Amino acid sequence: MTDVSKLIWLIPILPLLGVAWNGTLGRRLGKGAVGATACGTVLLAFLLSLGAVWDLAQLPPDARYVTASLGTWLPLGPIGPGGEAAVVDWGFALDPLSAVMILVVTGVGFLIHVYATGYMAHEEGFARFFVYMNLFMSMMLTLVLGSNLLVTFVGWEGVGLCSYLLIGFFFDRPFDARTGLTCADAGRKAFLVNRIGDFAFVIGLLYLLTTFGTLDYRSVLETVATGGGSHAMLVAVGLLLFIGACGKSAQIPLYVWLPDAMAGPTPVSALIHAATMVTAGVYMVTRMSGLYAHAPEAMAVVAVVGAATALFAATMGITATDIKKVLAYSTVSQLGYMFAAAGVGAWTAAIFHLMTHAFFKALLFLGAGSVIHGQGGEQDIRKMGGLKSKMPVTFATFITATLAIAGIFPLAGFFSKDEILWGAFSSGHVGVWAVLALSAGLTAFYMFRLTFLVFYGAHRGDHHTWDHAHESPRSMTVPLLVLASLSVAGGWVGIPAILAGRDINVFHHWLAPSLAGGHAEEGAAHAASTEGALMAAALAVAIVGIGLAFAIYRRRPEAAASIASTFRPVYALWRNLYWVDELYEAVILRPFYAMSRFFAAFDRFVVDGAVNVSGIVVDITGQLLKLFQTGYVRNYALLFLMGVVAILVYFATVPR
Amino acid sequence: MIDPRLVLVLSAALFSLGVAGVLLRRGAISILMCIELMLNSANLAFITFARVHGGPEAQIYVFFVMTLAAAEAAAGLAIVIALFRLKGTTDVDEISLLKW
Repeated sequence: MTDVSKLIWLIPILPLLGVAWNGTLGRRLGKGAVGATACGTVLLAFLLSLGAVWDLAQLPPDARYVTASLGTWLPLGPIGPGGEAAVVDWGFALDPLSAVMILVVTGVGFLIHVYATGYMAHEEGFARFFVYMNLFMSMMLTLVLGSNLLVTFVGWEGVGLCSYLLIGFFFDRPFDARTGLTCADAGRKAFLVNRIGDFAFVIGLLYLLTTFGTLDYRSVLETVATGGGSHAMLVAVGLLLFIGACGKSAQIPLYVWLPDAMAGPTPVSALIHAATMVTAGVYMVTRMSGLYAHAPEAMAVVAVVGAATALFAATMGITATDIKKVLAYSTVSQLGYMFAAAGVGAWTAAIFHLMTHAFFKALLFLGAGSVIHGQGGEQDIRKMGGLKSKMPVTFATFITATLAIAGIFPLAGFFSKDEILWGAFSSGHVGVWAVLALSAGLTAFYMFRLTFLVFYGAHRGDHHTWDHAHESPRSMTVPLLVLASLSVAGGWVGIPAILAGRDINVFHHWLAPSLAGGHAEEGAAHAASTEGALMAAALAVAIVGIGLAFAIYRRRPEAAASIASTFRPVYALWRNLYWVDELYEAVILRPFYAMSRFFAAFDRFVVDGAVNVSGIVVDITGQLLKLFQTGYVRNYALLFLMGVVAILVYFATVPR
Repeated sequence: MIDPRLVLVLSAALFSLGVAGVLLRRGAISILMCIELMLNSANLAFITFARVHGGPEAQIYVFFVMTLAAAEAAAGLAIVIALFRLKGTTDVDEISLLKW
């Protein structure tokens, strides 16, 4: 074993160097130098991560927990039951779970950085873009590597900031005609909605700190494992942390920001709003799996919210007409899958799906970016079509990712989705399983609807766009190809025993030391025939979804409109996104504005009024007193004399 | 020796004359002179008490008052000259710049 894993603190620092370099000199340097710096720092972080994880793998499974501290951050006073002094370190920790995360974050992040050098080549603010991107990488790695909740929270807020900055990157451009938002508004919306979740997160964090006197993951989980903390407290903390995760990972009811986050440039959508940041909630919940295992009520909430989000978002994906919005709803839906997996105790499956989803969803977004790039900025899939011949590489990789997300054997999505479905079923959550299976069918349907509308049929835009449609440059297609191979092969690390005939689920064994032993995985060996049947069912549902999409959008494209008019109420419901934005407007925003107006009026009339009244009193007093100022010196002298006489009389009469 | 009470009565009479002058006269210079009269009547009372009690303190006060009177006369006259240049009069009823 070498000592590379001792250098994990350097991993988040490396992209920060890129921030410093490009942030100070970026405007003077050429685009080539800026791009090379940005990609280079992320590549270095990736290589260092590889070395550190290799190091980690040399250790025996139970010893795979390497920490590195940059010193004490907060020496807190005596907190907690024992009254011992609590200390929060700038601590970083590498264990199998964070190992998976740093490899995904730096690996996919590097590919997206490379892609972005091509995608952003013609945009203003090239250097600014990469400063934000590198800062994001740094914060995301801090989030993942933090050895205590507070360091994670620093990263958590940092990625939120970068998300805000990057969503509003084209801050002066209009974004959504329906709501009249600009890109800057979309960024603000994301930031504010996240604040709600973060608020709960902080409360949960403080609750944990005051109860246990520590925020270190390992100490907290050890305390919980040895029976520390009351049941009610664990449930409360679990729920509070989950609300935080809901904000970051766009779950009901806080998912509304993610579709609007598509205002950001497409590489941002791929990196932040598909592959990495939005999965931070799943990561955090999984990281706390030992706590959730002792709070079954909280887990039930996680499972229900996750499953509901998976279905709910999938239906909205069916009617969306913006290529990126379809993918955004798809992301919300897939995140719901991950939470559902976490909620039923299939922790490995949640992280497995997180990883494969990072591959194929980043690929889908980058493919969509390539399409948008080739179409001169057009994002409406109703104005696309037939691009298969114009953009062969983009098409080939996009269809790979689509098959992967639909869960077709043997692509990555099949294995991870199947593991989640099996986890839900085998742990007795048949309702969750049914909802997820239905969502899987919908996912296959809307993804193939998207593919057919974009790449097949006749082009529906103007011929000018069609003539200019072209394949993207090498810097964009190469990352597509790499991600496509990962989308194919990424699932093979977690092939279930039933298919291979023996236990070759590397992924499961790798993660096991980091996670709470879930009941879903214990039962895995017992019901092989059921597992096989479920697998076939999931595959069948996906194929039905694809077939339906083929029948409608490939065979009879005109049928879509008539189906929409037949089911007008449902179509309107989905098309208008269940009026959730309007609901929030009516239920939260309007009362809030009304309250604000009330307080503004209170301030103006009562608070300011009190100040004004005191001024008026002084004024009136002055008006009365000025009558003594006659301007006649003799009057003053007379008053003076009277005063003297009065004082003399006083001293003469008052007895000593 | 004269009866000190007679001298004190004289002092009080002079003081009252001064007060009456300050209150009734309109010319600024007359008012200043009346103030001098009041100060000097007070000096007379001090001297009288010094004579009665035989200590030096009251006489020291007299010197203070005389110094003050000189300073007051200098400052007062300077003000009166400035006022006269400004308003062309020394009638204090005409001078009411600070009145509302």
